[in-house]
Amino acid sequence: MSAISRDDVSHLAKLARIEIPETELDHYAAQLGAILDAVDQIASAPTDGVPAMSHPVPMTNVFRADVPAESLSAPEALSGAPAVEDDRFRVPRILDEE
Amino acid sequence: MAEKVMAFDEAITKFDPVIGLEVHVELGTKTKMFCGCSTEFGAAPNTHVCPVCLGLPGALPALNEIGVESAIRIGLALNCQIATWCRFARKNYFYPDMPKNFQTSQYDEPICFEGFLDVEVDTDEGRRTFRIDIERAHMEEDTGKNSHMGGATGRIHGADYSLVDYNRAGIPLIEIVTKPIEGVGKYAPEVAKAYVAALRDILRNLGVSDVKMEQGSLRCDVNLSLRDTPESELGTRSETKNVNSLRSVERSVRYEITRQAARLTDGQRVVQETRHWHEDTGVTTSGRSKSDAEDYRYFPEPDLLPIAPDTAWVEKLRSELPENPAIRRSRLAAEWDISDFDMQTLVNSDALDLVEASIAAGVDSAAARKWWTGELARLANEQEVELSALAITHQHLVDIEQLISTGALNDKLARQAIEGVLAGEGSIAEVVAKRSLAVVSDDGPLLAAIDEALAADPSIAEKIQSGKLAAAGAVVGAVMKATRGQADAARVRELLFERLGVSE
Amino acid sequence: MSDLIRLTAADLAQKLAAKEVSAVEVTTAHLARIDQVDTAVHAFLHVDREGALASAKAIDERRVNGEALPVLAGVPLGLKDIVATKGVPTTCGSKILEGWKPPYDATVTTKLREAGIIILGKTNMDEFAMGSSTEHSAYGTTHNPWDLSRIPGGSGGGSSACIAAFEAPLAIGTDTGGSIRQPAAVTGTVGVKPTYGGVSRYGIVALASSLDQVGPCGRNVLDTALLHSVIAGYDPMDSTSINSPVPDVVAAAKLGDIKGMTIGVVKEISGEGFQTGVKQRFEEAVALLESLGANVVEVSCPNFPYALAAYYLILPSECSSNLAKFDGMRFGLRAGDDGNHSVEQVMSLTRAAGFGAEVTRRIILGTYALSAGYYDAYYGQAQKVRTLIAQDFAKAFAQVDVLISPTAPTTAFKIGEKLDDPLAMYLNDVATIPLNLAGLPGMSLPIGLAPEDGLPVGLQIMAPAMADDRLYNVGAALERALLSQWGAPLLSNAPELAGA
Repeated sequence: MSAISRDDVSHLAKLARIEIPETELDHYAAQLGAILDAVDQIASAPTDGVPAMSHPVPMTNVFRADVPAESLSAPEALSGAPAVEDDRFRVPRILDEE
Repeated sequence: MAEKVMAFDEAITKFDPVIGLEVHVELGTKTKMFCGCSTEFGAAPNTHVCPVCLGLPGALPALNEIGVESAIRIGLALNCQIATWCRFARKNYFYPDMPKNFQTSQYDEPICFEGFLDVEVDTDEGRRTFRIDIERAHMEEDTGKNSHMGGATGRIHGADYSLVDYNRAGIPLIEIVTKPIEGVGKYAPEVAKAYVAALRDILRNLGVSDVKMEQGSLRCDVNLSLRDTPESELGTRSETKNVNSLRSVERSVRYEITRQAARLTDGQRVVQETRHWHEDTGVTTSGRSKSDAEDYRYFPEPDLLPIAPDTAWVEKLRSELPENPAIRRSRLAAEWDISDFDMQTLVNSDALDLVEASIAAGVDSAAARKWWTGELARLANEQEVELSALAITHQHLVDIEQLISTGALNDKLARQAIEGVLAGEGSIAEVVAKRSLAVVSDDGPLLAAIDEALAADPSIAEKIQSGKLAAAGAVVGAVMKATRGQADAARVRELLFERLGVSE
Repeated sequence: MSDLIRLTAADLAQKLAAKEVSAVEVTTAHLARIDQVDTAVHAFLHVDREGALASAKAIDERRVNGEALPVLAGVPLGLKDIVATKGVPTTCGSKILEGWKPPYDATVTTKLREAGIIILGKTNMDEFAMGSSTEHSAYGTTHNPWDLSRIPGGSGGGSSACIAAFEAPLAIGTDTGGSIRQPAAVTGTVGVKPTYGGVSRYGIVALASSLDQVGPCGRNVLDTALLHSVIAGYDPMDSTSINSPVPDVVAAAKLGDIKGMTIGVVKEISGEGFQTGVKQRFEEAVALLESLGANVVEVSCPNFPYALAAYYLILPSECSSNLAKFDGMRFGLRAGDDGNHSVEQVMSLTRAAGFGAEVTRRIILGTYALSAGYYDAYYGQAQKVRTLIAQDFAKAFAQVDVLISPTAPTTAFKIGEKLDDPLAMYLNDVATIPLNLAGLPGMSLPIGLAPEDGLPVGLQIMAPAMADDRLYNVGAALERALLSQWGAPLLSNAPELAGA
């Protein structure tokens, strides 16, 4: 039984930086719980000794030469920005130390 | 408010320190790790960006071949094993300097692992070698740069908003992580510093980065914990960032030992956190609490294919590695028959390569060292240029030493010749000719000058004849002055003693 | 004029090349059709009238100057709004990208332009390609031209609907779990998901990077092949791009000969539990394939029942990471920046305001599946199931040349019918998902109308990696046989769409 609580949803929402109103936490918890129940059957798949597949194409060593290519101009780079100052992206204050 | 600290000597008797060092190297590739944007320093903001390094919707990474090659070379130089197959992974967290809000890095499959680096430190028992075990070296990308605006100090605290420049975002980084460094005791600060210095040396020697700590192309995070005895379990560690010089590495380790010792002795626990080093005040201050650490939700990067360096490639890179700098220094010191201290002097004056090259050109070993660490270093300092930028070639030195060995020039005249070359007057031969630089080989003028000097001060002759040979110096000096430095000081002395009937 | 919109892309291309008609005329006719029906259908989010006519004019000038032009030059197309188009709004059906104009073109966009194809506009889709009905578009759903009260499929409902409504003869979609094939099935059109790595993903807003593919949509197999050959090919900007020659899909589409071929019906997705009419049409198609000389056998892919679960763990995981970049800092919507909120708060408020419920649901689910302690059981396990699925396909293709199944379990359902039940919605993908997990190519083509509701039914053809041409060969053979049964293309039975 993979119940997912409203606290779980709240914690996940924080990790994912999506504000979910208190009133909706239970609704999401219920829906996600149902989905997790459905996908839980994956546990019974015969995966012993089976390697994980991260890429469907069996290629390796795909490299690019260290040769400069064209960049965007600053105006192009900043063209979609919600706030710009001094040719840089202006963002709200950061609380946390890096 | 300053935190309590315990005296270092006391702290080190009570506790056993364990250090861990994480070093980030910014590679000197022409382009970024995952796109073709230039990595050149100092460009106008947001002019070295593209959809990939800006993290625009739809953009995809393309891996820089030299980034991979550099990672392998670094691993080989650090005696690491090179992975036969590895992948990139996404490290997911949100921060405004991260365009994709995940960093493309490596997680449980680093390209290099299980290496070591030997460093030497002066101890009470003499020079000791510590083997630093290296856990891993892996590839990742740098973030953009935040400028915090509106606050008093330009730091994050108190800032109203920030401005972000993504020119740096995507520049290739190699992260090198040591295993816990144990058994260093009171030498922890020196060992840490020596490790970073040795690492810097190797990286510079490989040519993979300009490793300038002050400019951020080599960054060091210092992890430190204390335990009661070397047999005890590891204590809680702190991580200190903003360690921007070798000096800071040593000082921050020392400080953290004293700070943590004070806490533990007071019965308080050490908080697992990230701290910030302040070089001006010599302390660390608390930053983000590490116990609240983000869950990075690592998973293999689907947009990049696995890297599987084949044996042939790795062995080719291994065969092309330059000699390990420490080993080279030992070899040269033995060849030139000089002490560790003298070798260190050469290294500190950035003269080692120049000396080696001069010797290869035909200059005597002692003479080469004398020139490069003496007069030439002085001139470079005066001109405010790097020693290697001074316009004196090895051929110049060969020519000068040739003239000195035949007695045609003495030391003083040789320096005048160098001066002339730097002033653009031509080659050594041309300068010597133009300025009529020549040791006076005729005894006549020398004897005349000696007699003049003796006549000027009769007491000198008395002193010398009574055994105070040192007084001869004044006469030699006067003669040198009279001859504009063109006398051979040794010959003057010889003639003087003959004149006075004294034997040396 | 209105006849121009009924022509196939191949026929239009011929007339354009013969200068019987100009690109401007063709474009104008299709723009007029959009004006006429799109208020009802809502296939387009943005119609680039000016850009389309300018492109058409330029094509005409070049042709007048005697320049030899690519085959499809002057033929119009609808582009799913997930594909970056420089200077033209690209919203991915989301509020978070409302009005965003990319400063660059996707590789596919560049290829379309170089082929002289006229991009009429951007088509509607489920927000960030998450859905099977296009109902999750933040800009309102698209309506199925066969019955406007029904869904056109998803996530690429706009692309398929625009072709079914004769607003364009060609369209581009993307397919992560069936988002090209399922809409094709429920709108009576053709849609292909190429081999993973066959078409560049550079400039395609990522949903699940290891599953996404761009693909062609058309009203018939040949048109689709012509478009496929334009967009496919190696791209160094996409590291997952396959550096091999594109299979000759056009030749295959013209061939349509399946004598002696072995075709496998996948037991686990052969119609058990599917709508009766869907099953019936499928079985009839199987019989038809046999009559054309193919040998049809049953094969078992025993791990397919785990595919849906694996998909709904892998996709949310990858998308939770891919969608992290939408945070209001560099582009798109920013909400809550009133000077009182920190950057973390502004990010959270922006994403709450910009993302719809389905997207939020999948991001939370993915965050959970990747989180410490859960990775092995969920994402890690799902990646192993992927290998099992790939092994099932490999074993099957050792016995057969292609595999077939019904594309979707039902015909087009009513708008609103499955909106409240995410799980019921996910079940629409049960037959299409395995191909995405294995990275293999697939096609859906119309095989008739379900007797009980008169709505289109699609058959899915599946092929090994880089054998995309087999899809077109089998598809063309089946299409030709069905055409001779029906007497006219299926779409000629679609109801006349009333004017705006």
